[in-house]
Amino acid sequence: MSAEVTTDGTEMSEDEVTLLHGCPLVDSRGQQVLFVSRDRYLEVLRLLTDEGFAMCVDLTAVDYSRFMTRELPDGVTAERFEVVVNLLDISARRRLRIRVQVPENDPSVPSLFDLHPGTEAMEREVFDMFGIAFSDHPDPSRILMPEDWIGHPLRKDYETGSIPVQFKGAPS
Amino acid sequence: MIANEGAQEMRPRSELSARELFREVGAVLRMSEAEASALGDLPEDPEDDQTMVINMGPQHPSTHGVLRLMLELQGETVLRCKPIIGYLHTGMEKTAEQLTFMQGGTNVTRMDYLSPLNNELVFSLATEKLLGIDGDIPERAVWMRMLLSELNRMSSHLLFMATNGMDLGAVSMMIYGWREREEVLRFFQKVTGLRMNHNFIRPGGLAADLPAGWRDDVLRLLAMLPDRFEEYDVLMTGQPIWRERLQGVGVITPTEALALGATGPILRSTGVEWDLRRDMPYLHYDEVEFDVVVGTYGDAFDRYAIRLNEIRESMRIVRQILDRMPSGDYRIQDKKVTPPPRARIDESMEALIHHFKIFTEGFRVPEGEVYVGIESPRGEIGCYIASDGSPTPYRMHMRAPSFVNIQCLPHMMRGGLVADAVAVISSVDPVLGEVDR
Amino acid sequence: MGVVGDVLSDGLGGLSHNVITGRIEDLVKWARSRSSWPASFGLACCAIEMMATGAAHYDISRFGMEVFRASPRQADIMIVAGRVSQKMAPVLRQVYDQMMEPKWVISMGVCASSGGMFNNYAIVQGVDQIVPVDVYAPGCPPTPETLIHAIETLHGLIESGEIMRRREVTGAGADVHVEEIPATSVPVLLGSS
Repeated sequence: MSAEVTTDGTEMSEDEVTLLHGCPLVDSRGQQVLFVSRDRYLEVLRLLTDEGFAMCVDLTAVDYSRFMTRELPDGVTAERFEVVVNLLDISARRRLRIRVQVPENDPSVPSLFDLHPGTEAMEREVFDMFGIAFSDHPDPSRILMPEDWIGHPLRKDYETGSIPVQFKGAPS
Repeated sequence: MIANEGAQEMRPRSELSARELFREVGAVLRMSEAEASALGDLPEDPEDDQTMVINMGPQHPSTHGVLRLMLELQGETVLRCKPIIGYLHTGMEKTAEQLTFMQGGTNVTRMDYLSPLNNELVFSLATEKLLGIDGDIPERAVWMRMLLSELNRMSSHLLFMATNGMDLGAVSMMIYGWREREEVLRFFQKVTGLRMNHNFIRPGGLAADLPAGWRDDVLRLLAMLPDRFEEYDVLMTGQPIWRERLQGVGVITPTEALALGATGPILRSTGVEWDLRRDMPYLHYDEVEFDVVVGTYGDAFDRYAIRLNEIRESMRIVRQILDRMPSGDYRIQDKKVTPPPRARIDESMEALIHHFKIFTEGFRVPEGEVYVGIESPRGEIGCYIASDGSPTPYRMHMRAPSFVNIQCLPHMMRGGLVADAVAVISSVDPVLGEVDR
Repeated sequence: MGVVGDVLSDGLGGLSHNVITGRIEDLVKWARSRSSWPASFGLACCAIEMMATGAAHYDISRFGMEVFRASPRQADIMIVAGRVSQKMAPVLRQVYDQMMEPKWVISMGVCASSGGMFNNYAIVQGVDQIVPVDVYAPGCPPTPETLIHAIETLHGLIESGEIMRRREVTGAGADVHVEEIPATSVPVLLGSS
């Protein structure tokens, strides 16, 4: 099992909520999670990148519209969408996860392309699947669905699109 | 019906702003503007439109699946490239929200179909972390998982060598690589019941125990392979044609690779020593001895050599696992997670109810979210699961290594020939199933 | 059918007459079934098993099919191996249209036959919604034995002329479903190593 060490080297317990760059840092199953507000998103990520988190491993989103009662630290209001960014510090061998709340009526977030060019495809996928726009992204277009597809498939109000299957010999 | 990409078509160079050109030309974005312009890489005349934009794929013998590349060519030289994906998008993340955690393995295993056990492993590890049982998995289950994961790495790298050889013209390599792969697949068929897409590694352990005589099968496999590597070295590694086609082709610098999020053999070929098995160990990789193979030049030949040697390292690990495999349970005995043995169902009402609940409704996983990353043959594969306490994941996202590695393609192909484009794609070894999910 | 024991006594296998007095149609059907070239349309996991079928152990070269033609103009059989997504469907149709008659389609695997386990927005529920299918090979993925069984079934239909007749009348595919043959776990012992 990998050991996640905090920036100042202390272990985190479940109940402690400390601040990292002014944002609440929480422990989730032994992993460090930082809740950043949208207006401080780029600034905090720039600070973290300078601190050593050189690689952005993953950028994804979650549509919490059916689970608005999720547990969040004090001071963080639950919104419909969350953008989740995973950072990796290779020299210190540690990970950090960042969660940004994104409201439904204004689903847009600054793009991380200038800091981490590898997020280009990941942000396009989030836009395609959730409809969250990334401002300043070099190519904001759909990546997985056809270009003219309507709707954002991973949103909770988008139906799976399954067709009813009739089995041979099933009583009709 | 013509497939038209609409806004994704490449616009002419004259329409690009300097800022966008900077973004393409310099992948290293932590350089200052002065350093970037000192590279001298800007195009001479942005009005010059004597370039051809041609399409490669999605149906193509050398694109490793349904990858579409739009290449901007000046004669035979590739200037810009745009990978267009989505031709295999299966909606697996949406499907995962309908399937229980027990069924999730069937879905996840089909993403990276060349190393299905690694997909199942990362999904199971993430589920177990959410359940809180990740420390209680029996020893035998952990070592069995390692054995299967390493054998899968071997079969995936053998397939890489086969397709790499065929793409570059050494067609016999295709036959050789598949010949060895058949051995490994035969072993998997004996253990898991299927040659591919096994759904064998499940939350809590594995689906069944190793069959009798498995040790002999693995030993026979290990005895057969080293001689075959001599054949590969004769056919490929030392051959001047092979070297000329791969050395210096598809070069990527360490800063570029880190900036683009590339992991696995691509990152290691640039000289960065990063292997999750050694640096952030999972299962019992901290208890086995193996070397992390690292390249120097970041070219396609380094990636080929890294994968060839990683097969040897995997064999070394498998030998150690053979010595150290303990006896015991192949899955955790937690009744809420593990279905009871079939014989018990006839005897005990409780067992029958547990079996019923686990297979129809599924076991409930506490609320929370977790990310687990392991080292697949292509790089870091990660599974991010957010659970809301119900039997199905609320959100399951797989961080697929090939999805991120494909972003390296334009940087690797720039300035090369079209023939090198095939070599570059082959050296990146993408699996489109996990790219598109 | 098709195995020649002794040319003097059997004549060219499968023909009721020897080549000198036989019908041209029979000769053409015989040749077509033994030398049908597949168009490579490997999409996902089934493509790997299709490649395994082309490799040394299962060897579809003995059925005349090891040349996977990249260009659909030169191909006879399109083996749709893998799941067909919404974006890929027009491409599939385009490749099928570019193939020259006579052409046949084998739908390999459950995703190509019916959408498989992915009953959702992203996957076309059965490639027969796009192209007429002649043989459906079940399995996820079908073992190479199943694929060879499907191919040989198709070859049998070609050789007997059944399949061309049906195509002219209805324009639809032959719609033959084959049984899945499970993989065996007999070890592969190759050579003296």
